[in-house]
Amino acid sequence: MGDAVKPPPIRLDHLTLRHGTRTVVSELSGVFAPGSLTALTGDNGAGKTTLLRAFAGLHPPTSGTIDLGGLAPSDIALLPQGSQLDRAFPIACRDVVALGLAGRLGPFKGIDAAQLRQAEEALAAVGLPEMGKRAIGALSAGQFQRVLFARLMLQDAPVLLLDEPFAAVDTATAADLLAILHRWHKDGKTIVVVLHDPEMVSLHFPQTLHLAGPNTTWGPTPAWAPRAAA
Amino acid sequence: MHDLFFAPFALGFMRRALIGCLALSVAAPPLGVFLVLRRMSLMSDVMQHGVLPGIALGAAFAGLSVWAMGLGGVAAGLLVALLAGFLSRTKGAREDSQLAGVYLIALALGVALISAQRGIDLTHVLFGSVLAVDDPALYAMAGVATITLPALALIWRPLILESLDPGFMAATGGKGGLWHLIFLALVVLCVVAGFVALGTLMSVGLMMLPAIGSRHWSASLQGQITASVVLAAISSVVGLLLSYHTDIPTGPAIVLTAGALWMLGLLCGPHASLRESG
Repeated sequence: MGDAVKPPPIRLDHLTLRHGTRTVVSELSGVFAPGSLTALTGDNGAGKTTLLRAFAGLHPPTSGTIDLGGLAPSDIALLPQGSQLDRAFPIACRDVVALGLAGRLGPFKGIDAAQLRQAEEALAAVGLPEMGKRAIGALSAGQFQRVLFARLMLQDAPVLLLDEPFAAVDTATAADLLAILHRWHKDGKTIVVVLHDPEMVSLHFPQTLHLAGPNTTWGPTPAWAPRAAA
Repeated sequence: MHDLFFAPFALGFMRRALIGCLALSVAAPPLGVFLVLRRMSLMSDVMQHGVLPGIALGAAFAGLSVWAMGLGGVAAGLLVALLAGFLSRTKGAREDSQLAGVYLIALALGVALISAQRGIDLTHVLFGSVLAVDDPALYAMAGVATITLPALALIWRPLILESLDPGFMAATGGKGGLWHLIFLALVVLCVVAGFVALGTLMSVGLMMLPAIGSRHWSASLQGQITASVVLAAISSVVGLLLSYHTDIPTGPAIVLTAGALWMLGLLCGPHASLRESG
């Protein structure tokens, strides 16, 4: 962790994505620069989640291309919103975190003691020390999201795609996770985060891709103006 | 005391049944634990009925050979598993209703095919007969256990990951469908292996009831799997004795014992039991 990661730029060329029969992203072109930190915003149904899934290779483009610069699937870490993870499964936090290595280790290579220690350290880094042996079923929503961030640490992918990572967590957890996000940014990872909170976007995210059909904008985040009523 | 517990196992057929059932007790319940965790308990119903037409066809072509009936059963079970998987991916109906549709047809077809032949006793195929555990049947049970355990150990991590978080597995380039298929093949093998002694309907009982009961004895996956094997082994021994002394068929005797152990765990086990929740 914290090694010099040099992700290649991610280039979109006239990318069109369809969700069912509806075109959600149309003729989108541009580049996510290496090490960029981008907020992905837009109304519900604007195609934010579809776009992230397309980056991760889970949603085929209707036309146009996504050039990942030769990255393998295990180089791209996707944290979906409302993860499919079965929280009733009898498994300890440390083991969930260690499974972040699964993409790199493949199905059979063993997880050694050093890697298990790495999982414990990641749990400590997200504010859950001593929780390694606790079953995931016993965690609060905020603690659970911290565990998923610890798993991202073990994935150690150069490209991170996060879909509304702060939606279901308390403010203290959101602040801690945001600090981790900044550390990853400093490490040089390319990060794209789906967000709704305009204040958080303007305070913490240098770039913004705002999906709004034909009025889509992409570039440096505009200055945030508090609503008149505030 | 000796007459009650040990004398029955002095008989050759009881010893064979005991060894076969213990072999299955080690192999089948861990698969059952995964079926429960993956919310696929209904799949075990589909399997127990799905193998029936294959067993009947195997008997029709090659007579009452365990191998022919077993191979037919495995082929039919795999076919039904694939069909169920395909139906669950097509839209338009609830998955469980489609599974119920598949197993009802398979059961009716199996019963029709068996009834059309002379020389096979439907009751024995459905509910098992301890006297029918000959050497080939015993080899089949022990052989399947020997294949199942290492295979489960081999697919252990991907199977856990696919059960725990299929979305994550797909996003990291894992082939979730492959592990799922290997897992289902192991389930089919264990269901078929048990049919001579326990019958197709009851051999699933030895897989599922200890697995369902195991969650009352441990909160960890390893603990639940250990508990399921212990529960199944106790059910096998006690069920065989019960069957010997009372003339209840072996399959129902073992399954009733496993059911009683589940109730015991539900009432007063250390985890998620009625006693614990007060």
